[in-house]
Amino acid sequence: MSTETISAAASAEATERSRRVPGGLVLSWRQFLYWYTFFYRTWRGTVVSAILGPVMYLTAMGVGIGTLITHGLPAGVTYLSFIAPGVLAAMAMQNGIFEGSFTVLGSVKWAGNYWAAVNTPQRPQDIMFGTAMQGLARTAAMSTVFFCAMVGFGTTHSLWSVLALPVALLTGAVFLFPMMAFSITLDSDQPLIVVFRFVMTPLFLFSGTFFPWQQLPEWMHPIAFITPLWHGVELCRELTLGTVTATSAAIHIGYLLVALAAGVALARRNFDRRLYLHR
Amino acid sequence: MSHVPGNLGGVSSPPSVPDVLIRAHGLVKTFPKKHGEAFTAVAGIDFEVRRGEVFGFLGPNGAGKSTTMRMIGCVSPVGGGHLSLFGLDPNTRGPQIRARLGVVPQEDTLDVEMRVRDNMHVYGRYFGLPRAVIRERAARLLDFVQLTDRAEDKVEPLSGGMKRRLTIARALINDPEILILDEPTTGLDPQARHVVWDRLYRLKQQGTTLILTTHYMDEAEQLCDRLVVMDKGRIAAEGAPRELIERYATREVLELRFPLGEQEQAAEKLAGIGERLEPLPDRVLVYADDGEAALTEAHRRGLEPVTALVRRSTLEDVFLHLTGRTLVD
Repeated sequence: MSTETISAAASAEATERSRRVPGGLVLSWRQFLYWYTFFYRTWRGTVVSAILGPVMYLTAMGVGIGTLITHGLPAGVTYLSFIAPGVLAAMAMQNGIFEGSFTVLGSVKWAGNYWAAVNTPQRPQDIMFGTAMQGLARTAAMSTVFFCAMVGFGTTHSLWSVLALPVALLTGAVFLFPMMAFSITLDSDQPLIVVFRFVMTPLFLFSGTFFPWQQLPEWMHPIAFITPLWHGVELCRELTLGTVTATSAAIHIGYLLVALAAGVALARRNFDRRLYLHR
Repeated sequence: MSHVPGNLGGVSSPPSVPDVLIRAHGLVKTFPKKHGEAFTAVAGIDFEVRRGEVFGFLGPNGAGKSTTMRMIGCVSPVGGGHLSLFGLDPNTRGPQIRARLGVVPQEDTLDVEMRVRDNMHVYGRYFGLPRAVIRERAARLLDFVQLTDRAEDKVEPLSGGMKRRLTIARALINDPEILILDEPTTGLDPQARHVVWDRLYRLKQQGTTLILTTHYMDEAEQLCDRLVVMDKGRIAAEGAPRELIERYATREVLELRFPLGEQEQAAEKLAGIGERLEPLPDRVLVYADDGEAALTEAHRRGLEPVTALVRRSTLEDVFLHLTGRTLVD
């Protein structure tokens, strides 16, 4: 084992500097670095599944099912071009929900790393934002891979398409924070399974991802409109098909931002309650 | 040993300066019960911890020790009264205070999937310490807790004692001014406990300020310069271990066991021997400065105990006297 030589003075200075607690951004970054170390040993597996998933998906949908479906689509749009942006947004939602679930529950229940972190200058909000940063980074990476596949499969028909990527990430964030807010209150993983089955899956299927929302029964339209995923799917699709307008973009983004703000506030509150032991 | 894990820097004042690091006055913590009335875990306590001393909270489970420790550790908001660390208010300056603390929680919060060295690394980074400094300190601290040869191993297979030692090493990574230990040896086997005690004793020798909770009176007696006896959220007594024993117990204790059913009669016959009698479910304690003399007197009165043992008084006796209950049930 190599022995470092750090002078006592340098060590004392480092201690002195560590006493001056920085702002929330730096503290959150330190939490992010924790997760970076944590996931570093499994990143290869993540990358392989991140690349294989979308390619298989688009092949099956485009080359398989897609050729059977020509009915009810906007004029001149193939089924693959129709669903690809929807799946981009829906997968971002799925990633957001996953990243906000077991990571958080495990940290507070099984691994205890959150309990270790609160004994350092980390505050609950730093722990929350740092964990969110890592979840968003993974969501961004997955979405980027999927977007590249979309380009490869020729489903991007407009220069605006590039903006579908940040919109998908925003959609993921809208689901990540409320999910974190929920997970931090739990003591077992049973409720997570319920969310996956009865919230995530219906949203995935009925937010206009796989078919035009107009085909839903009339009474379901308002429900579609209030789900953030619907806004994400619609905007991504308008961007890749080039049908986006300033008004539609403003409405969708405005709605998503409001939902994001609410989710962040909820997550901050719940992390504070759980980690600053009010029990 | 040449290396000094505590006070790595030179930031602390010399031990001759009796500066008070922690001040608590009328400290209260109340938890809202889910149904019904609130539960008061800490019911107004006063204490001061000075630099360089080992300060203990002795009491049974549920006495309010851990809750007090969490308030000191700035992870549980102060419920009422006054608490300050380094002159700072925990409710508003938590991160600044925690930057100067080392905390060993009751339950290990190690990353069991990571290697021992990585545990030191991720923790050190929470304090914003440079990599090189963390590496150097980790090597030194792992050596201090005798885990150098396990540095590259995962935490998972380590024994309970090793995990506790690693937690102690990790808590020292930021060169804390106070090391807080909540039940540091609970759940460890006797041998592992002694290794932990030995390490804590070394830290004490080096002048590190330690605060610990325990329900083991031998732990408190061996390590603490000063302690408070806690019971039901209140402080029952405060002082140095020897002082408390002198104040609340006699020099020696005679422990007598009688055949089943005969204890009550025996206790009556013992009346008047020593300073005080304490009948427990399984034995009678006779508090006397001379235990042997008390035993001779008991024999003279025609008593025939199954076993008789003369021992020195301990903090256990202090606790028994103050609360009428034993520490470990």
